[in-house]
Amino acid sequence: MSFIRRLAGNAPPRILWSLGVLLALLLLAPALLGKYWLSVLILILYFAYVGQAWNILMGFAGQLSLGHALYAGLGGYIAAGLYFHYGIGPWAGLFAAVAVAGVAGAIVGYLGFRFSLAGVYFALLTIAFAEFTRVAFDHWGWAGGSGGLFLKVEHATDIVNLRGGPVLFYYLILALAAGAFILCRALLRSRLGQYWLAIREDAEAAQAVGVPVLRCKMIAIVISAALTSLAGVWNAFYYNNLFPETAFAMGRSIEITLAPIIGGLGTLFGPIVGAVVLTGLGEAFTDLGDVLRIPGIKQIFYGLALLVIVAYRPAGVWPWLADKLGLKERQP
Amino acid sequence: MTADFLLTLAQAIVNGLLTGMVYGLMALGLSVIFGVMRIVNFAHGEMMVVGMYLAWMGFEYLQVSPMLSLPVIAAIFFAAGYVLQRGLISPFIGRPEHQQFLLLLAVAILLVNASLAIAGPDSRGVQMESQFDSYELGPLVFDAVRLHAALAAIAIALLLWLFFTRTRTGKSIRAAADNNLAALVVGLDVRRLYAVTFGVGAACVGAAGALMITIIPVSPFLAVEYTLLAFVIVIVGGLGSMTGALLGGLLIGVSEAVAGLLLQPSLKSMFSFGLLILVLLLRPQGLLGKGPQ
Repeated sequence: MSFIRRLAGNAPPRILWSLGVLLALLLLAPALLGKYWLSVLILILYFAYVGQAWNILMGFAGQLSLGHALYAGLGGYIAAGLYFHYGIGPWAGLFAAVAVAGVAGAIVGYLGFRFSLAGVYFALLTIAFAEFTRVAFDHWGWAGGSGGLFLKVEHATDIVNLRGGPVLFYYLILALAAGAFILCRALLRSRLGQYWLAIREDAEAAQAVGVPVLRCKMIAIVISAALTSLAGVWNAFYYNNLFPETAFAMGRSIEITLAPIIGGLGTLFGPIVGAVVLTGLGEAFTDLGDVLRIPGIKQIFYGLALLVIVAYRPAGVWPWLADKLGLKERQP
Repeated sequence: MTADFLLTLAQAIVNGLLTGMVYGLMALGLSVIFGVMRIVNFAHGEMMVVGMYLAWMGFEYLQVSPMLSLPVIAAIFFAAGYVLQRGLISPFIGRPEHQQFLLLLAVAILLVNASLAIAGPDSRGVQMESQFDSYELGPLVFDAVRLHAALAAIAIALLLWLFFTRTRTGKSIRAAADNNLAALVVGLDVRRLYAVTFGVGAACVGAAGALMITIIPVSPFLAVEYTLLAFVIVIVGGLGSMTGALLGGLLIGVSEAVAGLLLQPSLKSMFSFGLLILVLLLRPQGLLGKGPQ
């Protein structure tokens, strides 16, 4: 209990109650919702989870990565490849996935931070690594090359090998999203989290007062990459196929960044709120696109929505919403 | 190393240099915008694709050759860039990078999908007589369209250089880029200068699009590729440096052509990204850049 109390800290009781009710509802959701709404909820949780993972690096430590598809893609390919070629189940495979993605994150981070690349330059480095890997996987036979890697679809639920229907994957992504939320809360309240915020606000000043800047940034990118790779593993076993053109695509990287930016960078609820807003808009515009039957019309509405949000709520939806609802946490 | 192979290699380098000039012109737009406003135009490839579509439409519906429609397209792009900067981008100057990124991402999504909605997903090219012409210089063959495109790109780059060194507006823009505050103090209208800069950058990429359509057909899916290509070129050449952008364009043009010949064509972008990573690590300011600020 003391762990929970420590985590709760100064959060208003209203927020804790709302979270409890939300969690209960989410646990019951498969019994309450139809197939379509469950699939929407799965998408929301997926984006909330990867957003939370990306937010650690950008929102907490202030390093803009536009290449997070690298870690998701590596995670997915490694777990799926081990299962496909050697029959090694994903529960074992995910350790390899996390390890490889963590090392990849460490390499990108070390090269970037060691040479003090910041801002746009670091972002371009992350894009370059993701694109480089995409073309490499296009030509790598073990991973299926550009033709893709396919897992056999089985309908019987088999938790050991992660074979089964949407309900199984719903609970998995719910566990991941809830776990990431709690982890981020704990990180933010730790010394490391405070160091990150110091680096985000002013890296030179942080260095001057003795914050180990390079080490803190490295820890941020490795945690962020490792968590993102789990989303990749989940993705691979949920959709049963992997193509370099989508798994490592620039679009996939951008997708990961949107929920936290739209929701509110550096906040715990930002990625969740952003995922709800963006997935909701996406689904609504898909329906609208089906009615209008103009190619690209869905994305046009989506682009307009992004434009409106960034113009009127540049700091994200959540900080504004929290203020409106009176849910601001008291400063300790 | 037979003579035959050397000739093929030389031919690939020639083609790479000619295409590279057009790449350079495209990247010049990105570099000018960043150099002055510190805004990374994430919609650059999308603008390129729109330029290609406009030139294609001029050819398809009005029977105007892309070379002739180029000045009109550049003018349209200048006006559109000016308005876009004034109306949308201006408040975002000096804001955190992720906000600028999101704004231009939204612009990119709108541009590419508007192209998709209007012209459809099929790739569109122009068929001109001159595409079969070529000039010969000894054993080397210069495709007429590539050569014309490269010469036009050089001419436009020269015009741009004259604009930035000889005209009052051009010099004022450079002053605003060097020291924003001082430019304001001496009474320059920096907001208008920024809008002109974005217009000029957009005109470059529009013109590059009109030239590119004579070399390869356009489809909406090229947009992301061109955005990334422009990033690679300006980083290699030096973000904010005009000569750097042209040099980077030539380098990437040649490296793509040679990689396509020696390895596989599909590996060529891996080559460019490898080059980008090396430059970022060893010389992040680029070959001719003044260094990240």
